[in-house]
Amino acid sequence: MATRSAQYGSADGAGQDAQASVHEASPEAVVVRFAGDSGDGMQLTGGQFTLSTALAGNDLATFPDFPAEIRAPQGTLFGVSAFQINFGSSEITTAGDAPDVLVAMNPAALKTNVQALKPGGLVIADTGEFNKRNLEKARYEVSPLDDGSLARWDVLAFDISALTMEAVKPLGLGNKEALRCKNMWTLGLALWMFDRDRQPLIDWLNAKFAKNPVLAQANIAALNAGHAYGETAELAGPLRKLHVDPVASEPGLYRTITGAEAVSLGLVAGAQLAGLPMFFGGYPITPASAILHNLVKMKEFGITTFQAEDEIAAICAAIGASYAGQLGVTSSSGPGIALKGEAMGLAIMTELPLVIVNSQRGGPSTGLPTKTEQSDLYQAVYGRNGDAPLPVIAARSPADAFECAVEACRIAVSYMTPVILLTDGYIGNASEPWKVPDPTSFTPFPVSFLEESNNPAGKVLPFKRDARGVRPWIKAGTPGLMHRIGGIEKAIDTGNIDYAPDVHQAQTDARKARIDGIARDVPPQEAALGEARGTLAVVGWGSTFGPIHQAVRRARRTGFDVSHIHVRHVWPLPANLGELLGGFDHVLVPEMNTGQFKTVLRDQFLVDAVPLAKTSGQPFAIAEIEAAIAAFFDGISDNEGGEVAVNDTQLPAPEIEHP
Amino acid sequence: MNDMTPIQTTLKDWETDQEVRWCPGCGDYAILKAVQRTLPMVGADPKNTVFVSGIGCSSRFPYYIESYGFHTIHGRAPAFATGIKLANPDLDVWLVTGDGDGMSIGGNHTMHILRRNLDCQIMLFNNEIYGLTKGQYSPTSRVGTPSPTSPIGSVDRPALPCAFALGAGARFVARGYDVSKDLPEVLIAAYRHKGAAFIEIFQNCIVYNKDRFDDFIAKAVAADNQIMCRDGEPLLFAKNTKGLSLDLKTLSLKVVPVLDGDWQAAGVAVHNPRNRGLAHMLIEMPFGAFPMALGVIYDDPAPTFESAVIAERASLIAGKTADLGKLLSKGQTWTVPESSDAHGLMD
Repeated sequence: MATRSAQYGSADGAGQDAQASVHEASPEAVVVRFAGDSGDGMQLTGGQFTLSTALAGNDLATFPDFPAEIRAPQGTLFGVSAFQINFGSSEITTAGDAPDVLVAMNPAALKTNVQALKPGGLVIADTGEFNKRNLEKARYEVSPLDDGSLARWDVLAFDISALTMEAVKPLGLGNKEALRCKNMWTLGLALWMFDRDRQPLIDWLNAKFAKNPVLAQANIAALNAGHAYGETAELAGPLRKLHVDPVASEPGLYRTITGAEAVSLGLVAGAQLAGLPMFFGGYPITPASAILHNLVKMKEFGITTFQAEDEIAAICAAIGASYAGQLGVTSSSGPGIALKGEAMGLAIMTELPLVIVNSQRGGPSTGLPTKTEQSDLYQAVYGRNGDAPLPVIAARSPADAFECAVEACRIAVSYMTPVILLTDGYIGNASEPWKVPDPTSFTPFPVSFLEESNNPAGKVLPFKRDARGVRPWIKAGTPGLMHRIGGIEKAIDTGNIDYAPDVHQAQTDARKARIDGIARDVPPQEAALGEARGTLAVVGWGSTFGPIHQAVRRARRTGFDVSHIHVRHVWPLPANLGELLGGFDHVLVPEMNTGQFKTVLRDQFLVDAVPLAKTSGQPFAIAEIEAAIAAFFDGISDNEGGEVAVNDTQLPAPEIEHP
Repeated sequence: MNDMTPIQTTLKDWETDQEVRWCPGCGDYAILKAVQRTLPMVGADPKNTVFVSGIGCSSRFPYYIESYGFHTIHGRAPAFATGIKLANPDLDVWLVTGDGDGMSIGGNHTMHILRRNLDCQIMLFNNEIYGLTKGQYSPTSRVGTPSPTSPIGSVDRPALPCAFALGAGARFVARGYDVSKDLPEVLIAAYRHKGAAFIEIFQNCIVYNKDRFDDFIAKAVAADNQIMCRDGEPLLFAKNTKGLSLDLKTLSLKVVPVLDGDWQAAGVAVHNPRNRGLAHMLIEMPFGAFPMALGVIYDDPAPTFESAVIAERASLIAGKTADLGKLLSKGQTWTVPESSDAHGLMD
């Protein structure tokens, strides 16, 4: 298997040589995976551990992985929910290739995750759950804790269930409720292990259970008991206290942010900078719904949210709102975006601003609703009837999604065009620290509506273009500027229906030229790492930023002449990109699809871009890209690029998907 | 409609400079004139008026009204109208749709705009045929309609637009036809109704479904075969020689003879547009045995969607201020001090 080396690779951060071992006193980066039944609260445990990591000043990246089923049967392989965090004292850009520590709350969680663990890594397992019934559900004939099958790893197995029950006993909870505190016990142990302060968690629990102080006390008791267990238990061997130094970061105010939060905040900021109320039309779909959930809570910023009857109505209502002078926004995932295609064409034809967010997931059709992929690039760039160009922007990380959302708003209102913002399931759910920007540092892009006729000789000319080819925005309701717009081809300036051959030619050209012109209004493309010319450019877009960046960093350390170029403006492409790529002997394009951006680059620049495709619904491991880079420097011909095989060591574990 | 100061306009003020491009003799011309006559009567303001349409012959309508207008995509006019009205509730929104646009491809949106009760007027031009695509049978075509896609007659059972509207929760349902002198009266009532007002307008497609409605429109039979429903008036037709009465045994309407105009003695029911049960019966009574019910069949206002959205927002934002800096730094934060070798401090 091409990716076998990934198993022995390391988390990003410092690279393999300096990589953490749990036996070291102060590692540079550590990867921890919490895995349990969907009912065990693993996402919550991971989220709180993330927060404590951020407060400790480490850089971090996370990857939550949960089943598509809402309430999968307890104890089953496909009911396992996991949360991986990579944190360290140097820059972290991925959730890590392979964990150093696995917390397995039941046999199913162990089975589906242990293969990913680094050799010599630490397994913490709750023996209280390794009973006959759970072992059967996880398809273990013998308990793996007893049969020596875990010999490659350090195993620390003890009865977390019983210890939790004991800790919360004084509070008089029923068995079921008492056992629900198990995740806090485990978190307490993890906090001890990584030398973390418990107080923020205690404050959080008190706030969360303000209405039920007994539950707050129980959870705190469990947390403290887990912590004390680490402190006092005389455990020989694997369990050691580790301290990960804080990362050196720019001074300022920080918080953690997921991509879905960043998009929501960026849209709010964008509307504010444009000086517009925002209208958000949405329809529930995984993994895009989180944006609608977030915006509902921010209505004081002049936001109207509309949960429409379907994806089509969601975008159509947003376009209607734009016609009435608001910033129309809609959001979905691949299947929903497909339904919106015709309406996008209308927004292109009527030249109205609109932001369309696509949180990509695996496709085609329903595909992999909860897994990540970046296979909607063709759909975004080409996927409409007619010659229907629109700008496409891709976010590279959760924090980057904020700036990208602001940029999407800017381009939409400045150029009177729909804009597609691409994120994906990974960016949407993953979190990372974010330096909170100061709103006064943003450059506003206030919209000016046409208030008086632009035609001294007579009626208003709704399609009279400026030097950039942009028509005026006329709010329905403006006195004296009544006009009609629609999806039929229209005359120059007046916008009256006209499908004469020369008119269609002229308007098609004008629509294309206006969008092409945006390339002059975006920053020139630079290399994210390395020189602007050389042997190999690894070109990415979207959420592959993290693994590409780390892989290029390591490859450069090895001495390879390789640069990382990461493209935000996927359409139109930055004006200098062709020239930049021309400065390299080879171009490698890693993508979580079969090579879509590679095709766009080949088409636009006649460059011999080599694809590196991964379509298993898993993000790239750093080692996979590292290996692909090395292939350009090994003197062997025709082994460059290709397809990355399914990686058993990564989330999601194949067994979760095929129990 | 809106509670705005009435504006003085004339029919001419509502005409655009665009050449009207429907087939000569098309019923759409008469509807356009009726609307252009109605708008001055209700004091509508061109700048605050928006006509929104989908696709089909009827959907060319906005180009011919001197107001704001949006010719959108097939079946989706209700969704555009919803965005327009929520973005600016001061706008008077009119929808123009047809039996294909509103009952077939856009049936879903028709249902939802009605149940939400967005304040607007929905004119569904029903000609029982696809005109623009050259004559295929439509979802309202009667069984047996011959067409290019149904050479020996259509087999689908037709949809009843007004019954659909009522079923979807409409609070205003009315019927008229293109050349009816009563059409402005119906349009005025629709305009005055606060909420979604659904008007089915039978329209003569001169090319593909000519004179389809003559069995109740033609001069010779009109009086006998149509009944105009007016609030508080007895349900009489055939020059007041017949009426509709409620049969208490079967709980259904029946036609009764009226002698010497004494409708009370004949037991003729009085129309009450707030009676939903009566509206159902009037809409669904089979034509032939019964006359075609026209006029305002149901009119019982309920709170509008946009008012509910505004109220919801007001309650969600009560006591909140729009402070972007505060929003961005929400949740748990930490500060990295100038000398960044120290631990982060919690805020």
